[in-house]
Amino acid sequence: MELALLFLPLTSFIISGFFGKYIGDRLSEIITSLFVSISAVLALIIFYEVITKGYTNNVVIASWIHSGSLNVNWSIKVDAVSAVMLVVVTLISSLVHIYSIGYMSHDAHKPRFMAYLSLFTFAMLTLVTSDNFLQLFFGWEGVGLCSYFLIGFWYKKDSANAAAIKAFVVNRVGDFGFALGIFLIFYLFGTVNYNEVFQQIPQNLNNKLTFFGLQLNSIDLICMLLFIGAMGKSAQILLHTWLPDAMEGPTPVSALIHAATMVTAGVFLVVRCSPIFEYSQFTLNIITFVGMITAFFAATVALVQNDIKKIIAYSTCSQLGYMFFAAGVGAYNVAMFHLFTHAFFKALLFLGSGSVIHSFKDEQDINQMGGVWKKLPYTWVLMIIGTLALTGFPFLSGFYSKDAIIEYAYLRGNTAGYYAVTVGIFTALLTSIYSWRLIFKTFHGDYNNNKLKIDTMHESPLVMLIPLIVLAIGALFAGYFFKELFIGYSSSNYFWTDSIKFLLPLSLDHPPLWIIYFTPVIVVLSIPFSYYLFVKNKNIPNWLKNENKPLYNFLINKWYFDELYDYIFVKPSKKIGIFFWKNIDIKFIDKFGPDGISNLIKFFSNKAVKFQSGFIYQYAFIMLLGFSALLTYLILI
Amino acid sequence: MNFPILSSLILLPLVGSLFILFVKSDSSNNYQSSKYVALFTSFVNFFISIYLWYLFDNTISEFQFIEDKEWLRGFVNYKVGIDGISILFILLTTFITPLSIISINNSISFRLKEFLIAILVMESLMIGVFCSLDLIIFYLFFEGGLIPMFLIIGIWGGTRRVYSAFKFFLFTLLGSVLMLVAIITIYWITGTTDVVQLYELGIDWKYQNLLWLAFFSSFAVKTPMWPVHTWLPDAHVEAPTAGSVFLAAILLKLAGYGFIRFSLGLFPIASDFFTPLIYSLSLIAIVFISLVALMQDDMKKLIAYSSVAHMGFVTLGIFTLTQQGLEGSIIQMISHGLVSAALFLCVGILYDRTHSRLISSYGGIVSIMPKYAVVLMIFTLAAIGLPGTSGFIGEFLILLGAFQKSFIVAAIASLGVIFAAAYMFWLYKRVVFGNLINKELFKIPDLNRSEIFILWSLAIPTLFFGFYPEPLINTIEISIQDLIQMYDLNLSFYAEFNGDNLIK
Repeated sequence: MELALLFLPLTSFIISGFFGKYIGDRLSEIITSLFVSISAVLALIIFYEVITKGYTNNVVIASWIHSGSLNVNWSIKVDAVSAVMLVVVTLISSLVHIYSIGYMSHDAHKPRFMAYLSLFTFAMLTLVTSDNFLQLFFGWEGVGLCSYFLIGFWYKKDSANAAAIKAFVVNRVGDFGFALGIFLIFYLFGTVNYNEVFQQIPQNLNNKLTFFGLQLNSIDLICMLLFIGAMGKSAQILLHTWLPDAMEGPTPVSALIHAATMVTAGVFLVVRCSPIFEYSQFTLNIITFVGMITAFFAATVALVQNDIKKIIAYSTCSQLGYMFFAAGVGAYNVAMFHLFTHAFFKALLFLGSGSVIHSFKDEQDINQMGGVWKKLPYTWVLMIIGTLALTGFPFLSGFYSKDAIIEYAYLRGNTAGYYAVTVGIFTALLTSIYSWRLIFKTFHGDYNNNKLKIDTMHESPLVMLIPLIVLAIGALFAGYFFKELFIGYSSSNYFWTDSIKFLLPLSLDHPPLWIIYFTPVIVVLSIPFSYYLFVKNKNIPNWLKNENKPLYNFLINKWYFDELYDYIFVKPSKKIGIFFWKNIDIKFIDKFGPDGISNLIKFFSNKAVKFQSGFIYQYAFIMLLGFSALLTYLILI
Repeated sequence: MNFPILSSLILLPLVGSLFILFVKSDSSNNYQSSKYVALFTSFVNFFISIYLWYLFDNTISEFQFIEDKEWLRGFVNYKVGIDGISILFILLTTFITPLSIISINNSISFRLKEFLIAILVMESLMIGVFCSLDLIIFYLFFEGGLIPMFLIIGIWGGTRRVYSAFKFFLFTLLGSVLMLVAIITIYWITGTTDVVQLYELGIDWKYQNLLWLAFFSSFAVKTPMWPVHTWLPDAHVEAPTAGSVFLAAILLKLAGYGFIRFSLGLFPIASDFFTPLIYSLSLIAIVFISLVALMQDDMKKLIAYSSVAHMGFVTLGIFTLTQQGLEGSIIQMISHGLVSAALFLCVGILYDRTHSRLISSYGGIVSIMPKYAVVLMIFTLAAIGLPGTSGFIGEFLILLGAFQKSFIVAAIASLGVIFAAAYMFWLYKRVVFGNLINKELFKIPDLNRSEIFILWSLAIPTLFFGFYPEPLINTIEISIQDLIQMYDLNLSFYAEFNGDNLIK
């Protein structure tokens, strides 16, 4: 069953990718969607087994690399953590496959698109089912590659290509840390297999490494390096710059890769490695801190963006920050829970925005929209469900997971935890404002598009709406139904068992009541507030914008990260490249090397030529000189 | 095993080239027939080497299939034999040769006969290098290989062919002379040039450093290591496609092989002493040459510079002297042989169609050459070392090995992996993606059958070994274990001896 689950998407990639031309668009769409859907059903069965029977399995498919003491297998590991990921990945993926049939209906390269989606699914599955760090890395780079393909899917657009390369290269910076982490793990423990590594951790707590004269705890170092990898993939601050640009890809891609699955791989990594991270309080604090900053930073940027997809992208970035700080305060199960619910409502929001964009004929600027809620009733309702779930409106899925994060941060009881609570609550407010801004500007107010007549607006086809409805159901109820399982008091014993390690048992206390009620209240109150701000009285935002020009520019330019990186990294790299090429290779090595030698020879041969003047008296004179010199020499000796 | 299988591998291409020599060169029909002769010989040679791999026993570390004949009485023996390391390089050579012969379509417009002879002679010399077990024989094969390459660049090259050919020759000659002196010195010290005997005898410690440097000067140029790499971009740019393929895939591997077989094997103490030098030069190659590659505007130059960076990984891995590092280096060399050959072929394919190597004259190729775009993508991915390609296995094992010796070295070298992604993807983007603007490109055809055959023959092993490198690793494992054991033994003797001296 596990094998089928893993290899069906690969098969559908091969069929659609290599034979798509021969079997036609329709058939490749059906085959890929069907195969991935079967995978999704299998994943649900496995998930059920894990819930009811505590099923675990570790299938070894084949040996991959063995070199000296390094032994790596291709494997499928099933436990609670990977089962959750399997469900998320295959379910969202199959819905996105189906949705794409409608969304990409005007595209000329449908089989290629479906093939990439399937390949991505396969890579993501190898990532989550790995039983060792190297296969994880394989999947890690594999999803990065598919993300590269899919962002650059419209290869004629220069900006899409640039975004694709940026995504890959920035991820490689993260992978650089990740790879070093793997090397260090192998160096210390002689293996890259999870179980074997995790077993050895408690004996190596005080292992010190000397590094540039600094004494570093090796566990801290491993965790930091792995976390750098996670930061790259999950677009945490400093390595987040690729995610907004990645919106150049088709919208289903953004929903699948840049919201529900790939970007959560970093969170998955931290949760998967909880047996290591639990022993590094230092790194956990860093994670909390980074998560916090990212959540806040991305929310502020999302407030002012005008591209519908970029708003949601920053929102994803921000929510990933929440997941990280949940993991940072040791509430790995809550992080997984938020990952799970987030997958539903964020995919819903992306696909919903895709439906809007589709209706507006590829318009993405929310200033060019508005007033179409009657024209797109289903999309409108579904987007509202997604927004409510995202903002944490009571009893929807985001409510259970996001509030749990804030509560657990409080219960952690240390400084980092308290900071996290403050930032978490404030960010929840920002989240709700920018989310409602998006809804109101897109669907309400006046119709602002000059290019299209409002009468041409029409609802998306059923094939796009059905996936949305399924996701909406998830967004509505996933939180309520699964909260006991994921974050209930006995979940760590009953559901997660060995897959997550909690060094300190999770606190069973209740946080004070004001914490529990505070966030939902703000979230609910911010709806009329946003309505007033963005529909009723639009002068206030404009006034704010004009009054605080520097702040506004700072936000709209995304805190100037791109400019900064260009200045610090990109330009100097190019300069060094040119310097080494033009100055060192050509002006130094060649000049004094081969060219120098040949010039030298030319020079001497020219001189020698001058001696051959043809005048006998010169020859005689030189002979005489030579003869006398020789004679002198002989006499002196 | 009495049948001289190695000698027949060496001689067969020579016999083939003799046949070609006697083909009349007046009509186009004969042109074709000489190509068929060359193809036939090289394919037969490939199958023999596959058979050899099948016969090869990878459970013993001794040299196998040894042939030992007296050549100059009491001085030089014709001694050949292989171990797990050599056989892979022999396979690479016999595999690349027929492919490079098929790739000659219209790119060689004159003197095809002579070109084919040059290629075949080079094949036989290269095989000779990889199986010779006598220093003099090795030297003859090693330097002999220069001549056909020199001719290929100088006769069939582009506009600056003479400059490039001489640059190539000057650089390589410099190292060769020193190596010859070193070989004579070894004979003078030990009285033999037989590698197996030398392994057992060992070379006096006090001579090792100088001898190592002499060998190094030759190998460093051929690798090529920074700063003696500048001949490579010029040679590649001017060489015809088949020549570039041969140069990148096989000639560059001679030095890596030489480092493993001779520098490590004969001069372990010196190798240990000079390891920091190798690390520094390798790191410069990996980091700075990658950046140089990033800035190139000529496709062939870009790939040539990327070869320098990739070979930087190889030299780094060899001198980590760990099982992973050495195995990684060998796999990286094999992988680079396949991938760089394919990349040069890809450039050649475009060049044949448009006669431009400048990146800026392309863009949007995917719309007219989709098959080409797919294959080029596979090799691009292999060049950036993506997991699932052979490039990853090599780079990963090398870095893993390097990490065990030095955190910093591994960290800096890993930067190269980031840059590789940048320059390869940027190249791919500028050539393949975007809008088709250049009007000359509108009519160029996609890959023809023979091109598809060549490129996929290279792509399939690249992917296969990425997912399943066992066949390669199994072949070299024992030989490398043995090598490392011998090396460590030598070092510990040396340490013991020096320790005694200190006590006295």
